[in-house]
Amino acid sequence: MTDETTPHHPPVHDWATDFDHTDRAWVADPFPIWDELRATCPVAHSDRYGGTWLPTRHEDIAAVAYDTEHFTSRSVIVSEARPGPNELPAPVGIAPPITSDPPFHAMARRLLLPAFAPKPVGALEPFTRSLCRELLCATDGKDSFDAAIEYAQHIPVRVIAQMLGFPQADADLFRHFIHQIIEAVDVPEAEIRERRESGDLGEYIEARINEHLEHPQDDLTTFLLEAELDGNKLSMDHVMGTMVLLMIAGIDTTWSAIGASIWHLATHPEDRRRLVAEPELLPTAVEEFLRAYAPVTMARMVAQDFEFQGCPMREGDWLLLPFPAANRDPAVFPDADRVVIDRLENRHAAFGLGIHRCLGSNLARMELTVALEEWLAHYPDFEVSDPAAVTWSAGQVRGPRTIPVRIGPVRIG
Amino acid sequence: MRVQVDSNKCQGHNRCYALAPDLFEVDDLGFASAIGSGLVPPGMEDRARAAIANCPEYAITIED
Repeated sequence: MTDETTPHHPPVHDWATDFDHTDRAWVADPFPIWDELRATCPVAHSDRYGGTWLPTRHEDIAAVAYDTEHFTSRSVIVSEARPGPNELPAPVGIAPPITSDPPFHAMARRLLLPAFAPKPVGALEPFTRSLCRELLCATDGKDSFDAAIEYAQHIPVRVIAQMLGFPQADADLFRHFIHQIIEAVDVPEAEIRERRESGDLGEYIEARINEHLEHPQDDLTTFLLEAELDGNKLSMDHVMGTMVLLMIAGIDTTWSAIGASIWHLATHPEDRRRLVAEPELLPTAVEEFLRAYAPVTMARMVAQDFEFQGCPMREGDWLLLPFPAANRDPAVFPDADRVVIDRLENRHAAFGLGIHRCLGSNLARMELTVALEEWLAHYPDFEVSDPAAVTWSAGQVRGPRTIPVRIGPVRIG
Repeated sequence: MRVQVDSNKCQGHNRCYALAPDLFEVDDLGFASAIGSGLVPPGMEDRARAAIANCPEYAITIED
């Protein structure tokens, strides 16, 4: 069987010297792997993907995130298609600003920050809330359904379509594009390059850009087309790269966070009952779900030969930056492996650290909060109907892709 | 008690503003600063401590 979830690499036997983030064991439950590495080999190395490093302590992950001199962001998805030195347009990168380094990074980021500040994100809350209600109402009358497929996955894709001014009906298409880019990383290099060059996503975005050039709208697409850096309009590569980034960064990630939170509540009835009884705990619960099930592992490439924590890093090596592992480091979080929905001290790094802090963190928090609020109001009583059928995504964005739930007898909505 | 945000460390996570909107404000880009002189009114000390304890960048300091 060679469906897209089947790993193309041999199974891992030694995580300290041969780790692979697409291995079945990592995909199913990476936490024991990270715990063991943190205690025995805090910066692991693997020859896979042409050479990759893996820090697992909060301290080291933070140090890498803050060190933009030795680590470049020009490529942030570890795959078999390691970019050559001339393939990535420095300092912009292919999807600015996530793939940009200083000093260009700050300019490209400042351009986008206002659109994702608390106020404009707050303005999207009513849209998000009615979307969640619409999705929940569509499940009315069913005793069981899939919370990842019928609920979580639709929320971020439709919110980002709304922000970019893309047709809501194209949501399925986006998800397909995104899967090609971020989940299928362990297929052979030629296949990755062929998929990239097939240009489906590029063509799609170009068509939307042309529509917006003809008929400007009050949305992010028109904003990017009219934006200026240093008195010049953005290059078309910059506009397209940023739009690809917004779609990729805003969809699987938030889908994963919403799905993981619902999965947690479906498998931990004591937390579910408490959150239903004490809805004022939702803000701390949301942060705790983000900590415990942080979806995003970032990546860097080593920018120049140097020694990091005794490890000989070579220019061009990959480095996985597992913020979810930082969030489980007992040196920073007491009871790191326990989900404590009223945890008062929570400096989690789910949205990264340093200058590349997730641009959409306010948006993701709003979507996650509204998605859980509306779900619990509609379905206060639910459980996973078939734990063996729950599947988790492979690659650098981790979340449940199927969550079969059975709705309990208590119904409100 | 006084709170202060180190603008070199703040990356706009927005935790302080979410937890203590009476003590912190954010600019159009989402970066935080203490309101006024950062003086914490009586009764709001817990809010101030919560903001500090939830800043991922360790950007907030407190002076008694």
